[in-house]
Amino acid sequence: MIVADRKPIEEIIGYLKDHKNILVLGCNECVTVCEAGGKKEVGVLASALRMHAKKEGNEVKIDEVTLERQCDREYLDEIRDSIDQYDAVVSLACGVGVQFTAEQYHSTPVYPGVNTCFMGATEKRGLWTERCQGCGQCILATTGSICPVARCAKRLFNGPCGGSTDGKCEINAEVDCAWQLIIDRLKALDRLDEYEKLCPLKDWSTDRAGGPRKVVREDVQQ
Amino acid sequence: MRLQYPPNIRIVRVPCSGKVDLIHILHAFEKGADGVCVLACLEGDCHFNNGNLMARRRVEQAQEILNSIGIGGERAQMYNLSASEGPRFAQYVTEFTEKIKDLGPNPVKLAKNKAA
Ligand code: SF4
Ligand code: SF4
Repeated sequence: MIVADRKPIEEIIGYLKDHKNILVLGCNECVTVCEAGGKKEVGVLASALRMHAKKEGNEVKIDEVTLERQCDREYLDEIRDSIDQYDAVVSLACGVGVQFTAEQYHSTPVYPGVNTCFMGATEKRGLWTERCQGCGQCILATTGSICPVARCAKRLFNGPCGGSTDGKCEINAEVDCAWQLIIDRLKALDRLDEYEKLCPLKDWSTDRAGGPRKVVREDVQQ
Repeated sequence: MRLQYPPNIRIVRVPCSGKVDLIHILHAFEKGADGVCVLACLEGDCHFNNGNLMARRRVEQAQEILNSIGIGGERAQMYNLSASEGPRFAQYVTEFTEKIKDLGPNPVKLAKNKAA
């Protein structure tokens, strides 16, 4: 899933200082799971914003809505009838949701209410870690299902650098060396022969290097 | 045992302190409460294992938010005591009430009253 983290309330208050009718818009998917932008977090932020406004003596209306997703038009359409009541939206969805909401509602400013961090997994409640950087050419088949793009600080493809020490990465003793993980896993799978194979040059044009990307599937288009 | 405790507190019963969510605490302040204290069982004594530990975290979250919006985190407080400790209950709520009196009324309530 896409992992996001909460933004400081002070920062959000700063964005909203000139607005009087504000919609705090949550998303029911990834950001709900990572407890940054679901219905609960919408309630908390909206309550804090209302209290702040009141304390400052500002007459501000702050409403709360949480959509199933903000990255699909059909759900964003649910606020079409009410959007004109608002002069600003704070979206607690990931950066995709913030942008897609703004694209649907051209004349309403949409501010980000979270910091979108990475694609990752829930290790346990309150701990999310990165797993994939969407490089567009997945090579997990040869690396024991451990991603050197996302998990090796240097994105190395043919074994560890010289800084790998006791299974930890040289950037930080708390970070696992991805290549140590890969080798351990290949060993466990009895597939160390994969490690011996030279990984060819990776085509980075499908990664960010090639500019904004798209997936086109004419077979499913309507 | 008849114990005196301040009459201006409003008791909200919950089945376990773990039931108290951050939003409940914030809504209390939004509605004008001057202070909110969560009274929970002693740590290690929760019948549901960790309800009181979760309550403590939520009180801390509320404190953080109240600080960042200028209402004062010290208006939310956590106390641990056992269910049989009546005198301690009275002592804690008296202490808390005194502390809140010193802090003065909730600024949200003051602003609301002024506007009305
Ligand atoms: S190789 Fe690319 S697509 Fe596969 S997990 Fe790593 S970043 Fe993601
Ligand atoms: S120590 Fe391991 S994870 Fe870190 S940069 Fe070197 S090879 Fe990559």
